[in-house]
Amino acid sequence: MSEEHSFTLDGRRIPFQDGQTVMQAALEAGVYIPHLCFNPEFTPHGSCRVCLVKVNNRMQAACTTPAADGQTVQSETEEVRDIRRGILQMLFVEGNHVCPACEKSGACQLQAVAYYVGMLAPHFKHFYPRRPVDASHPEAVIDFNRCILCELCVRASRDVDGKNIFAVEGRGIQAHLVVNTPSGQLGATNFSIHDKAAQVCPTGSILTKHQGYNIPIGQRLYDRKPINIVGDVAQLSESLGGRRHD
Amino acid sequence: MAESSTLTGAIRDIVQRHGGMPTRLLQILRDVQDRLTWLSPETLERVAEEIGISPNKVRSVAEFYSFLYTAPRGRYDILFSDNITDRMLGNRQLLHYLCDRLRVGVGKTRADGLVTVGTTSCTGMCDQGPAALVNGYTLTRLDKSRLDCIANLIESRIPLTEWPREFFEVYSNIRRADILLGRHFADGSALRATQKRGPDAIMEEMVKSGLRGQGGAGFGSANKWLSCRNAYGDVKYVVCNADEGEPGTFKDRVLMQDFADLVFEGMTLCGRIIGARQGFVYLRGEYRYMLNALKATLQQRREAGLLGEAILGDPSFNFDIEIHLGAGAYVCGEESALIESLEGKHGVPRIRPPFPTTHGYLNKPTVVNNVETFATAAKIAVEGGDWFASRGTAYSKGTKLLSVSGDCERPGIYEYPFGVTVNRVLEDCGAHNAQGIQMAGPAGHTISAKQFHRLICFEDLATGGSFMVFDQSRDILDGIRNFAHFFVHESCGFCTPCRVGTSLMRDLVDKVHTGHGTLYDLEEMRKLGRIMQVSCHCGLGQTAPNPVLDSLQEFPEAYERRLRSTAYEPAFNLNQALEEARQLTGRHDPGAYLNDEDLLVGVMP
Ligand SMILES: Cc1cc2nc3c(=O)[nH]c(=O)nc-3n(C[C@H](O)[C@H](O)[C@H](O)COP(=O)(O)O)c2cc1C
Ligand code: SF4
Ligand code: SF4
Ligand code: FES
Repeated sequence: MSEEHSFTLDGRRIPFQDGQTVMQAALEAGVYIPHLCFNPEFTPHGSCRVCLVKVNNRMQAACTTPAADGQTVQSETEEVRDIRRGILQMLFVEGNHVCPACEKSGACQLQAVAYYVGMLAPHFKHFYPRRPVDASHPEAVIDFNRCILCELCVRASRDVDGKNIFAVEGRGIQAHLVVNTPSGQLGATNFSIHDKAAQVCPTGSILTKHQGYNIPIGQRLYDRKPINIVGDVAQLSESLGGRRHD
Repeated sequence: MAESSTLTGAIRDIVQRHGGMPTRLLQILRDVQDRLTWLSPETLERVAEEIGISPNKVRSVAEFYSFLYTAPRGRYDILFSDNITDRMLGNRQLLHYLCDRLRVGVGKTRADGLVTVGTTSCTGMCDQGPAALVNGYTLTRLDKSRLDCIANLIESRIPLTEWPREFFEVYSNIRRADILLGRHFADGSALRATQKRGPDAIMEEMVKSGLRGQGGAGFGSANKWLSCRNAYGDVKYVVCNADEGEPGTFKDRVLMQDFADLVFEGMTLCGRIIGARQGFVYLRGEYRYMLNALKATLQQRREAGLLGEAILGDPSFNFDIEIHLGAGAYVCGEESALIESLEGKHGVPRIRPPFPTTHGYLNKPTVVNNVETFATAAKIAVEGGDWFASRGTAYSKGTKLLSVSGDCERPGIYEYPFGVTVNRVLEDCGAHNAQGIQMAGPAGHTISAKQFHRLICFEDLATGGSFMVFDQSRDILDGIRNFAHFFVHESCGFCTPCRVGTSLMRDLVDKVHTGHGTLYDLEEMRKLGRIMQVSCHCGLGQTAPNPVLDSLQEFPEAYERRLRSTAYEPAFNLNQALEEARQLTGRHDPGAYLNDEDLLVGVMP
């Protein structure tokens, strides 16, 4: 007789420990739930809403919902996928994501999740916001056009690097990522490509200079296997296209 | 040099007056802005330095709240309330009239820096609009002659203190009173009852009363208090939610203005029961006009032994109340965003659970209740739970204050036992020709006459109190469009489906409203609305599509008569998009237009 806690996820029994979220328990059990603002090394944020699952009869974010005994969780249903697809489409039209021209293409978590949920086109009207590119730093470039406001770089820089270089400012659709210097330029900070913050971006927003095409298109992280098999960008070793922090 | 040292001095004084506390950051920025009219990057740096926090924390607060300005602003700052009820009373014409008189563009600051004129979300004066704010102070019942006078006062640089008092007068407009507004309450009687019978006995009365939160969600108040009382920890807090940001609601305004003692007494009572020593009132920025009077009432209560140390002479009964002023953010009415704002941060809702009753202000157990809930609790302490529960319906005990506005003869506050029909309210307020009601504000329900027999209570039509009437002469879609724009403005921007979805929805509504929509767009609205309802992080985004979804159901004809007969119309106007090319090439021959109809439109200007 085991006293182990568990819930079911798409019919599969998932064990969990007290205090774990649905996402954490699923990940530990090797079941993929799509996510963008969640990274197992950081406290859950709950902002992208891509990890939506149906818990009993309510849609909830898997990354912030505490696991509970006997819960029925649905993830890979058409209903849930439909909503995830809609949210992905919103992210794509909000920024400027020109995948064919982006050096992250093929190794981008945003793109990979979009494929995973079956998003074929952005569907909604594009916002075409005017956002700058910041190339002031000798080693890295920030393309704000691709930022999805997941705040992983914000959290990494503040909580791991102890540098507090990034922040989100503004309200509503005006919300945008900023660099915490009077000039707003990354070059004026002590940012380094060895920072945790340089390695967590799930999109092509924060890029290391001079190595964009080291791995040819076609051989990149998500080019041959989908994200549910290969996992997050930030968790993988460099040779696989991710940048592990050691 | 001299100038920057006076700036530093002024900022230092203000920061010190607030004890240099980071939790008072929003209050500090408000005071600094009062002195300097806007918050320059340099000012923000100084504030950060004086408090000893990082500059980006200060900037993120300054950038979040509508009433904090990070760009230069006129010495006279006028914001017209832009709720649909203000629009129905002609605020748009008045806005343009004033702008013309002052020779300034809408939303612009005049070159000489004297005046800025713009718009803001509902200021809670729907029963006496069109309304506006001048430097944060409420102006009511605007008309052209008032605006003539105001324009002259501004041009002559007359300080606000010398403007005619009647411009600022706010009537209470209580039209129907029941047990809350109608019966006399002796200040201190609820606290005396608690002293006499003990907090447990009063808690028992609260349980018996069946009182449910009057802010709209209807959570059982006794349960909330008990849960906080039982929560682990010695330090607990009581928070009164006086943010009242739901367009069309103004009952908390009237309670705070005319019944502040009752509200404060309810908070003190709650403090006694849960074991808190500190309470906060989060007063929406738009109600700044009553701040001084409220502070005076608090002082009187301290002097009367009803607040502060050793209340009613009992050395174990200590409780005080502080008022925090909001700064233009509807989302700060959501209890966890409100707590963030109270802590001096920008108002992004927290992840729940944990709930405020265990992890609230500064992560301590906290009760957050609506103004009306606290006022009612004070009455229950005196008159008893059974007395209260004898009114209302099975699952909605007692009475509800409705804020009635829009097309009716007698807008104002109506107190009814729960279970009153919509029809009865319409009759009482003199709405003879109603086509529809926006119930519980934009986040609530849009209902047509088919539903006027329904009951106002949690079992049927739940409401926080907003009741806006649209008569047959109105175009329902004007209201829906106003609400769609409201949600874009008020989304905090934290989560994807609300941040992006509110803008997509606004664009779809605008497209239909301007006659470019098709059946396809209506289906898009439904689909988008369903995604938002289930996927947003907080109640704001989850309810934002309600007006569109409800009105598609209740008033399909308001949409259909505007539709193009084609099945699909692109979101952009192709002919207009070609205009730039025509200008550049100087071509205006028929070949440069897509079809004859466009040619006509194209050559018009
Ligand atoms: C976007 C949003 C705005 C809200 N605004 C208010 C408000 O202005 N006043 C209020 O009392 N409750 C408001 N609420 C509800 C509060 O979160 C909370 O439920 C309420 O203050 C609890 O008090 P009650 O139980 O006494 O009603 C709002 C909720 C949301 C999601
Ligand atoms: S730059 Fe990347 S990591 Fe940072 S908020 Fe944007 S998308 Fe997230
Ligand atoms: S739904 Fe999301 S973006 Fe909208 S107000 Fe709530 S947290 Fe902010
Ligand atoms: S991964 Fe859960 S909300 Fe972003």
